[in-house]
Parts: sequence; structure tokens; C-alpha cells
Amino acid sequence: MGRTIIEKIIQAHSRDDAAAGRIVWMDLDVRSARDFGGPNVVKNFEQEYGGAAPADPRKTFFTFDLCAPACSLKYADNQQACRDFARKHGIEVFDVDRGVGTHVMIEEGLARPSGTVVGTDSHMNILGAVGCFGQGMGDVDIAFAFKTGRTWFEVPESVKVVLKGRPSAAAEAKDLTLFLCRELGTKKIALRSAEFYGEAVRNLALSGRITLCSMITEMAGIIGFIPENGPIVADGDAAYADFIELDIDGLPPQIAVPPSPNTVRPLADLRGTRIDSGFIGSCTNGRTEDFARAAEILKGHKVKKRVMLKIVPATRRVYEEMLERGILETLFQSGAIVVNPGCGGCAEGHVGLTGKGETQISTGNRNFPGKQGKGQTYLAGPAVVAASCVAGEIAGPEDL
Amino acid sequence: MDKDIRQGRAVVLLNEHGKIIEDIDTDQIFHNAHLHITDIAQMGPYAFGNLEGWKDFPKNCGEGDILIAGRNFGAGSSRQQAVDCFTALKVGAIFAPSFSAIYFRNAVNSGFPVLKIHDLEALIAGKGIVTDDVIRFDVRSGRAENVTRGTAFKIEPMSPVQHDIFVAGDLFKYGKRIK
Ligand code: SF4
Repeated sequence: MGRTIIEKIIQAHSRDDAAAGRIVWMDLDVRSARDFGGPNVVKNFEQEYGGAAPADPRKTFFTFDLCAPACSLKYADNQQACRDFARKHGIEVFDVDRGVGTHVMIEEGLARPSGTVVGTDSHMNILGAVGCFGQGMGDVDIAFAFKTGRTWFEVPESVKVVLKGRPSAAAEAKDLTLFLCRELGTKKIALRSAEFYGEAVRNLALSGRITLCSMITEMAGIIGFIPENGPIVADGDAAYADFIELDIDGLPPQIAVPPSPNTVRPLADLRGTRIDSGFIGSCTNGRTEDFARAAEILKGHKVKKRVMLKIVPATRRVYEEMLERGILETLFQSGAIVVNPGCGGCAEGHVGLTGKGETQISTGNRNFPGKQGKGQTYLAGPAVVAASCVAGEIAGPEDL
Repeated sequence: MDKDIRQGRAVVLLNEHGKIIEDIDTDQIFHNAHLHITDIAQMGPYAFGNLEGWKDFPKNCGEGDILIAGRNFGAGSSRQQAVDCFTALKVGAIFAPSFSAIYFRNAVNSGFPVLKIHDLEALIAGKGIVTDDVIRFDVRSGRAENVTRGTAFKIEPMSPVQHDIFVAGDLFKYGKRIK
């Protein structure tokens, strides 16, 4: 019997039979913890293993991205506890200057095609974008992974999702992703691995693949892969638990309305909704291409006076590219606020919070009540967020 | 060896219509109002504190009881307390057709027996398992026996991984054995 992508990756890291439904032990190429969860990993580790060393410090990492640099005493203490532990054991820390941990791992070549990576980040499965198995886990699991270099995992079944047709020229990777959030909901690929096929995903650049794979968490899936033009393919006779075909021909820009990423409507239904603030960034839309698209729209325009546009690059390298390509200057001239790389704007803390009554349009991945403050958050792609901030209301670039 | 074979009283989680309850989430198992409790010994009284019809469960349950629940048991948050409260009450095992992924991970990692049961609906409909029946089961072979009725049924045997951790006691104890 042939193998799906997830079965192939896990099999390459396990002596057990990695067929879907089996629970296997799997070797981990990378085990990591961030500033959330990390301190508990350290605590568990020291409590259970005392002064013993991790299995392999060279495969063990800390990434600080949630609150970078620390914006509260709690985070400052937590980050320092991780740094002390890292120094003691010779573990590398991608510190508060580096940006979103998963993105840093892709840039550094730590998340490789067919690799296995775990960490204390529920969006670790974003690594499916480069054909790598990534999974978020709790602090007990990660402390164990630090110590042994292994973890157990129930090999998920796979669902084959085929997208038919070509989206409209105005649609970005985010629009495709939001459409999938609506169509797949939180049940159709729940606890499964999804493989996406079809012209619309085949042509996605890495940044677009990252956008799509980052929101598999919001669809309750284990992970998503885009095999065509990707580094790893499934066998022709692999077994799938389900087969879903979706027509995306002419797909227009999409917007997720509160209260969830799965309540999605076309931009046309929301046009004219007044906004107070905008955000472009997060692990979903924090790449150079995302900001280049926003800059294209903002060039020669100003962010509306009563509106605040917040911009957070995913990583320091993205920031550098924005600097080199003049994107930073365009964004600055438009009136946007640009801050240092990381999860700011998505997680609580830093530029992220909305006040009661505030309406925000964001390129992030979650708009659950309270997630980014007391306001209401709409999710969209970078082009729509940029245009909306100029218009002061939900709008597309063609409305300017 | 002994540890593989267990016996206990069945407690079938039915609703007021006599139907098996599905999708029991972690808030129904251990409400978030009690998340500040970190001492396992104190978690017992809150088990099913938010599950309609089952709020007296901690008072009525006994050591070794086997909970039988509908599909997707333990959906929702990642709280470890939703497993630990049953450990505190010395519950013997939970059988369900499926568990949420995180709940299953948490239970396996703490050495608590969670087992997938086959054809639960038919068993319940045919009165193959009723609360208070005495059940004996083998976590290794998946053989299960209704001692009260003299009938047999099937559970999914523990995978080698789950069994290794179960025998060691928990994930950390297992980790110490292999290194
Ligand atoms: S940007 Fe948000 S969703 Fe992504 S890793 Fe950071 S906190 Fe998590």
C-alpha cells in the first residue's frame, strides 16, 4: 500500500509501522520552546531530570516571539529563565530580535522537507509549507522531547482536497485560505492531515504556502501539505480517508467576520464597514511579499487620519528585505506604524490590543472574542487591509 | 503482567433520554473555574461538575470504575486536570469510540488508561453493557468481558507506545527507563 505525505515523513523517523491510525515513536530533528510554554518546559525538565543534559543541544532551540522584547515583568522573567537554562546546556536561543519562531526555523534551514519539528506553538504545523512535519505540543511533551529527542504520535489519516478552477485576479493566498476555512470548517479535516491539489495552490510561492498552511490550525487539522511543485509527494496508491473537491473559479477576496475564522463572506458583502485600525503581519501574512503588496497599494496614499495601521514583519530578515526594497519607506510615508519582528499584533501584548468598540481589520489568523482585545476583528489579506486603512472602511484596492 | 488485566464496575454515561453522551468537552469534565487547583488529590470533587445529570458523579463513583462515553470524549481545551480529576477519584479506565487528540495525549502521558471501544452503540442498544455490570478487560489483547452477563466485547488494544508509558507509570518515568 502506498503512503501519504504524513505517513512518509513519520516513517522516515520511526522504526514502527507508520500507517495511519498507528501510534508510533518518532525521532525529532528539532525540538523547541518559545517564551510561552518555554519556562514550564524548563521547570518540568529540571524537576524530572535534575541537572541532566538534553539529548542533543544542537537539535534543541528556544525562540522568543510572543512578547519580544518582553513587555511585562512576567515575560522578562520567563525569557531569562529559558536563557539561563540554554546557556547551561549550550542550547541556541533565537532571541527577541529574531521574530516568529517557525519562520526563523524555515529561514535557518532547521525546518527541512521531510523533517520533524515540535514546539510549544499551536501553529507549528505551518511548517507543512516546506514539506516538514511540525506539531505544537504541551510543556510535558516538549520537556520529554528535550530529554529524549523522541515523541510518540498517532499517525493521522489524510484527506485529499482538490481545488478546481482559477481564483479571480484580485484574490490573494489569504482569500483562498479564508475560503477553505469556510468550506472545511472545523470538522472536515479535523485531526487529519490535508493534502491540497490544483492549479491555484500549485502556483503559490512560499509566502502563499505559508499563509495557507498557517491556518490549518483554525480548520482543526493536524497539518496541511501542498505536494505539487513541493519537495515531497504522496504515492499514487496512497489511501485517503476522504476526498473533497471545491470549485474556486473566479473566487473574489474573502473576509472572516467575527466571531470566528470560519465565518467567512465575500468582500462585497462587507464593503463600507467602518474601521478604526488595521494590522498587517503575523505568521500568516508576515512575509516580504505581503508587505510589498500592501506598499503597492499604499504608495501615493495616506492612511486615513482617524485610522491606525500597524505593521509587524515576521522576522528580522523580512525587515531587512523591506528596508532594502524601499517597502519600509513607502509604509512609513503612508503613515503606518512599523515595529520590530515577532508575534506582535496577533498575540496579546505589544501592538495587539483593541479597545471596546474598536473595529480592526487584520491579516492575522484568529478573530475569536477577546483574542486581540475587546474590539471586533475582521480577517483579510494584505491588499484589502491596506486599502481599507486608506478608505477608513472595508474596501478593496479597486475602491481607492 | 498483572497490570494489563483490570476489573471494575461499568458507569455508562447516558443522558436523560437514555442515549450515550457524545462530545463531552473539558469544561464539562473539569470546569475552568477550578483551573487554579494544581494538587491532583484535590481535583476529584470537580469531575463532571458541569455535565448535566452527572454532577454527583464524584460522590457515587468507586475505585476502579470504568467510564463508558460517546465519541470525541475530551474535546476542547488542553487542560491536564480533565484527566487528573479521574486519577484523583481512582477511576480505572475510560472507554469511548474516540477521544480528542490532546485529551488522548494527556491521558497516555500520565499513564491513565484510555481505550477505544468497538461498536458501542450496538452494545448499548442491546443492553450489552449497563451501569453496575462488572467488566474485566485486558489492555494488551483488547479482550473485554462482561462478567455480570457472561458476554464478551472488544476494545482496541493499547499500542506498544501507550502500553510502554502505561507500564512505566507516566511519560517521564518511561523516559528515565530508556536513557
Ligand atoms: S503570529 Fe500569532 S498565531 Fe502566529 S505564532 Fe505568533 S502568536 Fe501564534
